[in-house]
Amino acid sequence: MIGDGSSPFSRRDLLGAALGAGMVATAGGILVPAASLAAARPQPRQGGRIKAATMSLSTADTLDPAKGSLSSDYVRHFMLYNCLTELDRTLRARAGLAVRMESSDQRVWHVRLRSGVTFHDGRSLTSADVVYSLLRHKEPATASKLAAIAEQFRTVRADGPLDLTIELGGANADLPVILAQSHFAIIPAGEKAFRTGNGTGPYRLAAFTPGVRTLGRRNADYWKPGKPYLDEIELIGIPDEVSRVNALLSGDIHMALAVNPRSTRRVNASPRHLVRETPSALYTNLIMRQDQLPTSSGHFVAGMKYLMDRPLIKRALFRNYATIANDHPIPPFHPYYRAGLPQTALDLDKARWHFRKAGIGTTRLPLYASTAAEGSVDMASILQEYGARAGLNLSVSRVPADGYWSTHWMKHPLGFGNTNPRPTADLIYSLFYKSDAPWNESGWQNPRFDRLLVEARGEPDDARRKQLYGEMQGLVRDRCGVGIPVFISLLDGYDRRLKGWHPVPLGGFMGYAFAEHLWWED
Amino acid sequence: MSASPASRPHAARNTLLRMIAGRIGAAFLTLILVSLVVFTISDLLPGDAAQEALGQSATPAQVAALRHEMGLDRPAYVRFGSWITGLAGGDAGQSLVANMPVGEIIRERLPNSLLLAALTTLVAVPLALTIGISSAMNRGGRLDRALNVATLSMVALPEFLVATIAVLIFSVKLRWLPSISMLPEQATWGQFFETFAMPVFSLCVVVIAQMARMTRAAVIDQLDRPYVEMALLKGLSPARVVIRHVLPNAVGPIVNAMALSLSYLLGGAIIVETIFNYPGLASLMVNAVTSRDMPLLQACAMIFCAVYLLLMLLADVTAIVANPRLRSA
Repeated sequence: MIGDGSSPFSRRDLLGAALGAGMVATAGGILVPAASLAAARPQPRQGGRIKAATMSLSTADTLDPAKGSLSSDYVRHFMLYNCLTELDRTLRARAGLAVRMESSDQRVWHVRLRSGVTFHDGRSLTSADVVYSLLRHKEPATASKLAAIAEQFRTVRADGPLDLTIELGGANADLPVILAQSHFAIIPAGEKAFRTGNGTGPYRLAAFTPGVRTLGRRNADYWKPGKPYLDEIELIGIPDEVSRVNALLSGDIHMALAVNPRSTRRVNASPRHLVRETPSALYTNLIMRQDQLPTSSGHFVAGMKYLMDRPLIKRALFRNYATIANDHPIPPFHPYYRAGLPQTALDLDKARWHFRKAGIGTTRLPLYASTAAEGSVDMASILQEYGARAGLNLSVSRVPADGYWSTHWMKHPLGFGNTNPRPTADLIYSLFYKSDAPWNESGWQNPRFDRLLVEARGEPDDARRKQLYGEMQGLVRDRCGVGIPVFISLLDGYDRRLKGWHPVPLGGFMGYAFAEHLWWED
Repeated sequence: MSASPASRPHAARNTLLRMIAGRIGAAFLTLILVSLVVFTISDLLPGDAAQEALGQSATPAQVAALRHEMGLDRPAYVRFGSWITGLAGGDAGQSLVANMPVGEIIRERLPNSLLLAALTTLVAVPLALTIGISSAMNRGGRLDRALNVATLSMVALPEFLVATIAVLIFSVKLRWLPSISMLPEQATWGQFFETFAMPVFSLCVVVIAQMARMTRAAVIDQLDRPYVEMALLKGLSPARVVIRHVLPNAVGPIVNAMALSLSYLLGGAIIVETIFNYPGLASLMVNAVTSRDMPLLQACAMIFCAVYLLLMLLADVTAIVANPRLRSA
C-alpha cells in the first residue's frame, strides 16, 4: 500500500514546492493519505489474533517512546502511537499525523496536522500535543535516547490548533525522515506517567507487563480507514534464537524477529512458514585505527580492503542473506547510493604490494573479534587465512561479547564494530564518520568530508545532494580506516497466513511498524 | 523414642533448637561473606551498569552523567555499605536498569521459580525414592540393572539436549505441547499441565537420577547391616523391613542428597528457563550480570544462597529427627 509511486511524502517534492515559491500548496502541500492507497491492493480482511516475538525481554520495557531502546519497545510504540511522518520501503517520509510539512530554507519547518485524529481516551490531537512530544526530548529528565538529535530543535511552537512551526538550529533537509522514528511518536500534552499507552495508534493497550508481554486490541476509531486489520496482537520476547524458531514452527507464535541465517532452511522447510528478508544497512566492519601504528598507514588500510573475500563472507557467513558492500556505509538500495563507484574485490597481489609498502613485515598483528559484532569472529578467521597468503601475520583475539563495547570497541589498532541501520545518510555519517564524531571508529580526519556533510545536510536540491553524498562515499571507501565487506539482511520468520508484508530497510518486522499493515488470511 | 524417660525428649529438643539457632547464625555470617565475595568479583567485571545501559552508542559524557545518577561514582566500600545497611532494613535497593525497586522485580519472578521447583520436587522425589528403593531391594537383579542403566544415562544426558529434543518432538512435530512456557492469567488445569509438562520433565531428568542413585546406595548400605538380617530372620517381610527399619536409618544421606539436588532447581534452572522462555529467577540473575545491575545481582545471589543454606539445614534437622542417635552428636 506504500510505494505505489503516487504522492510520496518525500523531501524532493516538498523542496520542489518550496523552491517554486508560491506553489507550496499545490505541489508539496496536498498529500494523499497513505491509507487510502490500500484500496487498490488485494483485499485485506479484518480479524485474527496473533502472537509476535522479538528477541528482547527486559524489565526495562517501556511505554515512553523517548526511552525506547530495544526492538520490543519500537514495536510496542508503533502499535500505540503515531509519528508525524512514516517511512516507506525506500526510507522516504510519507504523511503520518502531519498532512503537510514544508520549509523554504530547511531550517524553519511549517507543519499542518491531520484533523479529526483522536487519542485512545477520546481527546483530539492538537498542535499542543506535538509541541510537548517533541520538546520533552530536550529535557534531561526525559532521558530521551534521541536527546542528541533533538538538540537541533531550537523552538517548536503552535501557530493554531493544527499548525505548528519547528525551527532548527541549522538547516536539515532530513527532518521529515528523522521525525518518523518511534522515539518522536506523539503523545498527549502533559503525559508523564506512561501507564495506559494513550496514543493515536492502531492498537489500544489491553495489558502490559515489562519483561513479559504487551497485549494490544484493535483501535476501531483509528484514523486510517479500514485499518488496522488484526483484532489482537500479543507481543512477547524470546531471547534464545532456537527457542524463538521452535515457537514459530510449533505455532505458539506467528512472527519471529531476527532469525539466524542457519535457521532459514528449517523455517522454509515448513509448509506453514517462511523467512522474509529485509535488505538493510546493518553492517559489521573492520576498524583500522588511524591514530595507532601500524594501522594508520594508508597502504595498510588499502591492503586490508583488498584482503576481503566479500562473496565468501556473504555466502558462508550469511547464507547469501547479505549484500556486497564497498567499504562505505550506504547500501545499494539507498536513494543516495553512488552507482558508478568501482567495487573493491579480493586481490592478493595488490594486498601484498600494499603491505610491503606499509613495511609491516611479519610482525604479529592482533585482530580483536567478538560475537558482540555479528559475524566478526568468522570474518577475522577469513582475513587471517588470506592475510597469511599475502604475507601478513594476523592473530585472531576472540574476546567475550559481554562488555565488548566498553572495553574493546575502538580501543585496539585492529578490531571490529557493528552498526545498526540509521534512517538517513546524514545520521550515519554524522555519528560514525565525521572527524569529531563520538564514534568515529577509525579516528580518521578528513576536512573535505566534514565540509561536504554540512553542505549536504542543508542542500535543497536532491540531485546535488546525491552528488555530495556520492563524493563522500568515495572518500570513505578510499581513505577511511573502515572496511565494510557486506550489508547484513534482516531475517524474520512468519506464519504464511500473515499477509500484507513489505520490507522497510530500517529494521525487521517492517521497520518495527507491522502492526497496522498485516492481516490474517486462513 | 517412645521408650525414653520423660526428660530425654526435652533435652533432645533443646539440643536440636540450640543447633538450629547456631546454624541460622552461621547462615547469616555465610550470607554476608557471600555477598562480599559476589560484590568484589562482580566489581572486577569489565564495564558497569552505566556503560551497559547506554550500550555501543555511549559518549563518555553520557556515561559519566548516568554513572553519577546511579551512584556508581562512589567508592566500592561506600556502595557495599549502603547496600547492606539498606538490606538490613528490608530494602534491597533500586534496580539500576529497570528503574524499579529490586524487591518488586523479585516478587514477580520468585513465585515462578518456586512454582517450577515445587512441581519438579513433587514429581521427582517420589519417583527417585521408588526407583532407588526398588533397585536396592532387587540388588543385582534384572530390575536393578535396568534402572541402573536408565539413571546413569539420565545423568549423562545434558538437560539442554533433553529439553531441545522434547520441544522438537512434542511441540514442533506433534504439536501437543507449547514450546514456550507462558502461563495465561486464568489458566485451566489443562493449560497448567501443558505449560509445565516439558520444563518439569527436563528438570526431573537431571535431579531424579542423582537422588535415585544416592537412595539406592544408602539403602544398600543399611541392608548389609546385621539388624536387617535379624529382622528378616524374625520373619518380617522385605518391604516392611525396608520401610520400618532401613529407611529411618538411611534417611540422613538420602535427605542430604535430595537437598543438594533440589537446591539446583532454583539457580540451575537457567537452561530450562532459557529454552522454554520461562520468567524465573535464574534468567533474571543472568540478565543482572550482563547488564551489571549490582543490586539485582546481589539480591538474586542472596536468595540462591539462602535457599541452599535453608535446604541443608532442613536436611540435617530431618536426619536428626529421624535418627535419635544423631541427636547427642
